[in-house]
Amino acid sequence: MKTWKTSALAVAAAVGMTAVTAVEARDQIRIVGSSTVYPFASYVVEEFGATTNFQTPVIESTGSGGGLRLFCEGVGVNTPDISNASRRMKPSEFDRCMENGVTDITEAKIGSDGIVIAQSADNEKLDLTLEHVLKAVAAQVPQNGEMVDNPYTNWNQIDASLPDRRIEILGPPTTSGTRDAFEELAMEKVSAKYGFPEEYTDIRADGVYVDSGENDNLIVQRIRENKDAMGVFGYSFLAENADTLNAASLDGVEPTVENISRGDYPVARSLWFYIKEAHEGVVPGIDEYVSLFMDDIMIGSDGLLIDEGLIPLPAAEAAEWRDRVANRVNVERSDLE
Amino acid sequence: MQRRLTGSANDPRIKARYRGEKRFKAYTVTALFVAFAIIIAFFTDIISQGYTAFWRTEVNVTIDYNERAERIGRFALAEDMREIVSRGAVRSIPLDIRNNPELAGTTRQEWVPTYSRIDQYFKGNEELPPEMAAQVEELMEAGVIRTTFNWAFFTAGDSKLPELAGIFSAVVGSIFVLFVTLIFAFPIGVMSAIYLEEFAPDNKLTQLIEVNINNLAAVPSIIFGLLGLAVFINTFGAPRSSALVGGLTLGLMTLPIIIISTRAALRAVPDPIRLGAFAMGCSRWQVVRDHVLPLSLPGILTGTIIGLAQAMGETAPLIIVGMIAYIPEAPGSIFESATVLPAQIFTWASEPRKAFVEKTAAGIIVLLAVLLTLNAAAVFLRRKFERRW
Repeated sequence: MKTWKTSALAVAAAVGMTAVTAVEARDQIRIVGSSTVYPFASYVVEEFGATTNFQTPVIESTGSGGGLRLFCEGVGVNTPDISNASRRMKPSEFDRCMENGVTDITEAKIGSDGIVIAQSADNEKLDLTLEHVLKAVAAQVPQNGEMVDNPYTNWNQIDASLPDRRIEILGPPTTSGTRDAFEELAMEKVSAKYGFPEEYTDIRADGVYVDSGENDNLIVQRIRENKDAMGVFGYSFLAENADTLNAASLDGVEPTVENISRGDYPVARSLWFYIKEAHEGVVPGIDEYVSLFMDDIMIGSDGLLIDEGLIPLPAAEAAEWRDRVANRVNVERSDLE
Repeated sequence: MQRRLTGSANDPRIKARYRGEKRFKAYTVTALFVAFAIIIAFFTDIISQGYTAFWRTEVNVTIDYNERAERIGRFALAEDMREIVSRGAVRSIPLDIRNNPELAGTTRQEWVPTYSRIDQYFKGNEELPPEMAAQVEELMEAGVIRTTFNWAFFTAGDSKLPELAGIFSAVVGSIFVLFVTLIFAFPIGVMSAIYLEEFAPDNKLTQLIEVNINNLAAVPSIIFGLLGLAVFINTFGAPRSSALVGGLTLGLMTLPIIIISTRAALRAVPDPIRLGAFAMGCSRWQVVRDHVLPLSLPGILTGTIIGLAQAMGETAPLIIVGMIAYIPEAPGSIFESATVLPAQIFTWASEPRKAFVEKTAAGIIVLLAVLLTLNAAAVFLRRKFERRW
């Protein structure tokens, strides 16, 4: 049997060697990163392939963290040229990039995405505050100065103004970027304000908050059928299902394009991509792809990506970022801290 | 005493036994019925959601390669058509003119796909604003809009525009991946099985290997994905997302299935055949090559096809090696980035656009049809060439 194992390895090795020579020259842009940015970036990728003579870039949905890990692995054709992210690069990721020789990185902000808390349109619209949300999803809540296991089973126990309805929240699992953003913006940021410990992010595991898979469509389908439940997902899924769902306002702000764009809606995050400047001129088309992505046709307030659910940046900020990207301003560690 | 020995239909204990038997039979029939009902429900659901994807709405327009269209493709259309035609049909016009300058100034009459919301409107899945609905109804009556078979679903690759999206690139990717899987797993699997079954001594070592192979067949497929990432991509530097890496990874997964089914097929060849050949003075190699292998080939092929069918429906290990990617153009070789049919279905299922619901279901229909064909081929091979001893 040993001989078979060695020969299997030998075959694999031989195949691997030919593969190495095959990737040496690359004329196709490689993009990795966030699954939230993926639908927008793949739209641009398709447009780029159809309207230019360049090859269609390859885009892979790896998650923001996974994308930046690959991106910062170094310079060279077997590392990606661009990484998308649904959060800003972390200083630790920046340091790793620097250590591995990825020294010139351009940062591009393309717009925002809101996370909505929605329910079947058969229910009356809810006006929630972040305190309500936090108390509904937290594993423990403060009571008489002590943290106790979350006792709330109905919304009206949290606040008498809310309906007498079972709390049931279908949301993304821990592997999802949407969950990260929800934990950060709806829990971590405000926990201290409402008597929770600093940066509290524990979500209850007693069946009230239900992990419902990475696929937001699934959550949409389930809250349509289960009228008691509320779902947590990205704004674009709300926009596409506006006829059957309604979203709760948070702290009195409705999740609308304007409110999210202006930053008034509290649970919204910015979307980014990062360009490895060392690859420009080596892999053809990067400049053209980036220009197309930053163009008003794509991310402007009437742009094509707005139909796909992207929330545009306010005009002044968009212009500023377009300039930064066009001049390839390097991102500095101080920007990220 | 007499009654007890012969028994009689009136004996209460016999009656109880018959009742018990009837009850048991009823349970088994119910189980079968439940299983059947689930399958029927699944098929009805998928087919009722997916069949519309095999049709698409087209509109007859004049494409005018005028000066304005050299910059923005939409201007090649009459004004009242710009909202109706799919953007995908006109966006490449500036590039077409640049690549073929002689097109400038000419016009062309053509059937092009409509915007997906109009397509969905005619399929009864989505509403349109009233004026637009009235306009397209009018065009439909005038014969300017028609519904035809959606060939593009089979000839086009993935697209973010649902009216253009097809399975071609994923099908080509699947074929490449299965090809690599077969080339890698079949020879190694069959050879290992022959050694273990025909040559290996029966000792502790071979027993240990046997247990491990049987165990490997039950390992969750995602583990093979991690192994593929570590070995093929990180160690040997094979290109990420390529059919080569995907095929080798699925090959690792298919290997134990092929080994196990090959060994079963070899074992089914009766010993007298081997002994007879030995008696004629054949060497062990000749016995295997000329007698055992040809006789067990149908069984080996059946096992291989079933292994490949399983590999074809697999996505988990391919996520790890980067094959859940957006690939609108079919790959030209096993070194290029590719995606596979189940991965394509996975991608479509997570699209926010409602129009992708029918695409997802149609993708599932195609995948099921292919798997059914593969499994039917396996059954056919077994029926046709099976020998009874």
